[in-house]
Amino acid sequence: MAINTMKRVAAKQAGTRSNKKVAAALLASALLALSPMVAAAPVNYTIDTQGMHASINFKIQHLGYSWLTGRFEKFGGSYVYDADNVANSKVEVEIDTASINSNHAERDKHLRSADFLNVQKYPQARFESRKVSGSDSEMVIDGQLTLNGVTRDVTITAHKIGEGKDPWGGYRSGFSGATELTLADYGITYNLGPASTKVWLELNIEGVRK
Amino acid sequence: MFTNSTQGYGLISVLFHWLLALLIPGLFALGVWMVELDYYSEWYHRAPAIHKAVGVSVVGLMILRWIWLRLNPRVLPLMHADWEHLAAKTVHALLYLGVLLLGTSGYLIATAEGQGVKVFDVFEVPPLSAEALFERQADLAGEIHVYVAYGLMALVVLHVAGALKHHFIDRDATLRRMLGKR
Repeated sequence: MAINTMKRVAAKQAGTRSNKKVAAALLASALLALSPMVAAAPVNYTIDTQGMHASINFKIQHLGYSWLTGRFEKFGGSYVYDADNVANSKVEVEIDTASINSNHAERDKHLRSADFLNVQKYPQARFESRKVSGSDSEMVIDGQLTLNGVTRDVTITAHKIGEGKDPWGGYRSGFSGATELTLADYGITYNLGPASTKVWLELNIEGVRK
Repeated sequence: MFTNSTQGYGLISVLFHWLLALLIPGLFALGVWMVELDYYSEWYHRAPAIHKAVGVSVVGLMILRWIWLRLNPRVLPLMHADWEHLAAKTVHALLYLGVLLLGTSGYLIATAEGQGVKVFDVFEVPPLSAEALFERQADLAGEIHVYVAYGLMALVVLHVAGALKHHFIDRDATLRRMLGKR
């Protein structure tokens, strides 16, 4: 109510330059009074899959000559991030393995089959953190990844990209992380050649404060 | 010589029959074999390429063959029991249907992400749309493709069994007619 009134006042006063400045200052102070400057720690976020400001990409060498990249189209999750103490943070991500997309119908069909992700039997992959350490610029996320029905410890190294208010009344933060998986660890033993036994996962995550 | 008469099949129909009799089980064997190939097999790309090109050709041949059959005089059936006529007709219709279903499902696998189907280096069958027409298109079409392929081979076995029965047990002209003898 107060903001709306002020906005209206601001609009009316917008005739002269000095009035504009006054209005802007009033509006800004009103907004500041209503919302905290920095999110108080720890904060819960939902990964923004609705606006899709997140991606889970992978890359693997092809024959040792080039990189083949792809991504998972469907996933979701949430995290807690504590700007004051990274150790309070945690993250959970679920991936719909059938949504794998490497931009080639027959390869994707093969990747979904029992030779690789066996999506009929294991439609979901899941990562859950156990311990987060380090700093914003060098986060170490230890956790467990379940893929193809196999659960193993993995470490994701990540860093914060940024955080703050968005233009639509919400509050966001974003991170980028990566890890390297050995396919055989997850029971994926189809022979792609000696250069292609490992896959790099890259996660770009933006969360909206709950 | 080339066309059918009421008493027997002409050369064109005979060739259609035996060419397809070679290609259809061949495609089945190739398909079963190629899905198990190792990535480093030199056939890994070649086998599916041949499978697709021959597959498109077989559907084309089946359609041409059907048109040819309609354009020609109907070959009169031999004297068989009613159930035999019914069984033969049903199996023939299902053979056509099976090939069409295999062609359609195969096409839907290959084009699920907007890629066309190359027929050797001669031409390319374009995809219907740049994106999948329905959810899980390649996987569902793939399952249908496998089941229909095994079903079609079962029908081929029935078809061959029928022909052999007529030839060796009934000792009639069924099989000889399909070899072009009148």
